[in-house]
Amino acid sequence: MDAQPSFLNQLFDKGFLVPSGVDGLYGRGEAYEEVIAGFDSLITKTVANDAAEKISFPPGMSRVAFEKSGYMKSFPQLAGTVHSFCGVDHDHTELLAQLAAGEEWTGKQEVTDVVLTPAACYPIYPVLAARGNMPKGGVVFDLQSYCFRHEPSQDPARMQLFRIREFVRAGTPEEVVAFREEWLKRGPAMMEAVGLPLHIDLANDPFFGRGGRLMKVGQREQQLKFELLVQIANPAGPTAIMSFNYHQDHFGETWGIHTNDGGVAQTACTGFGMDRIALALLKHHGLDLKAWPKSVSKTLWG
Amino acid sequence: MMDQIREIVARHSGLAVDVSSLGDTADLYEAGMTSFASVDLMLGLEEAFNVEFPDAMLTRKTFASLKAIADAVSKLTAEAA
Repeated sequence: MDAQPSFLNQLFDKGFLVPSGVDGLYGRGEAYEEVIAGFDSLITKTVANDAAEKISFPPGMSRVAFEKSGYMKSFPQLAGTVHSFCGVDHDHTELLAQLAAGEEWTGKQEVTDVVLTPAACYPIYPVLAARGNMPKGGVVFDLQSYCFRHEPSQDPARMQLFRIREFVRAGTPEEVVAFREEWLKRGPAMMEAVGLPLHIDLANDPFFGRGGRLMKVGQREQQLKFELLVQIANPAGPTAIMSFNYHQDHFGETWGIHTNDGGVAQTACTGFGMDRIALALLKHHGLDLKAWPKSVSKTLWG
Repeated sequence: MMDQIREIVARHSGLAVDVSSLGDTADLYEAGMTSFASVDLMLGLEEAFNVEFPDAMLTRKTFASLKAIADAVSKLTAEAA
């Protein structure tokens, strides 16, 4: 037996997280939410002059949009689709009998028009495409959503439902690359201001299968993704708490997003893993918020 | 073999340009092949030549031109023979 309870159990014991019986699916206590709110306000201050359009999406998105996004090509293993009972009376009777007997009961569940949002930026691309050519200079969105990925784990930093705040830039290649460069400077400065020891590294997304291996290698060779990493609770190594992604014209082509002059837009996004950031802060500064370094408290809560 | 590869590239690479107009060493990515298309191309080549690209060959370079593909497929079919 471990002499010390795991970080996850410590978070449960102190009420930061509340177990649900499912790995990666937790309630959030008040103190935990204070940490999230503190970092959220730091982000808001940082982007005060960015003229970003702020939109909050629910944790579900259009299935049609999801299908068109190509997500199933890349990450079928992570997707969560919403199914509902679509039977008649006698199917319902059968369903209840199956449930009572502890048998398989999902036969009359059918896929709905909703899938769980896999990343905060996914719902914005069809919205942007529907607006027609972008204004000169392109656009920036400030998005926030709970996101779902099917990867149950006892690592508290690998939740199945978690919050991402994400900035999406669409425009010319120069505008989009400049956006990512700016965030590659801002991100580390923000994390240093809250006392997190970090490093930035080239990264790849968890593309599925053998084809996915080629995608991962290609993503790295082209330096399309960087992550800001902090040691949290995974003994195997640090966890990404921010990512900096350059999509080139992937979403522009997929959705028909155009710049002011009618060219295919490029896009990039920067995501803050809000739950991972809260966990990193709790891991590094301890579970007594009142004992956190003054400079950190001031940065988070003023 | 080159004709067969050209035909598979035409079918799987999603290129808007006519593949028959491309030189053997022309860069397929520069011609517009996306990463997703390169995965389709890889699977198409594996099926056509009954080979499996080992992890070490799953790089952009392997699929970057008709010649690079032919070299890779030759290596794999020679190993299999």
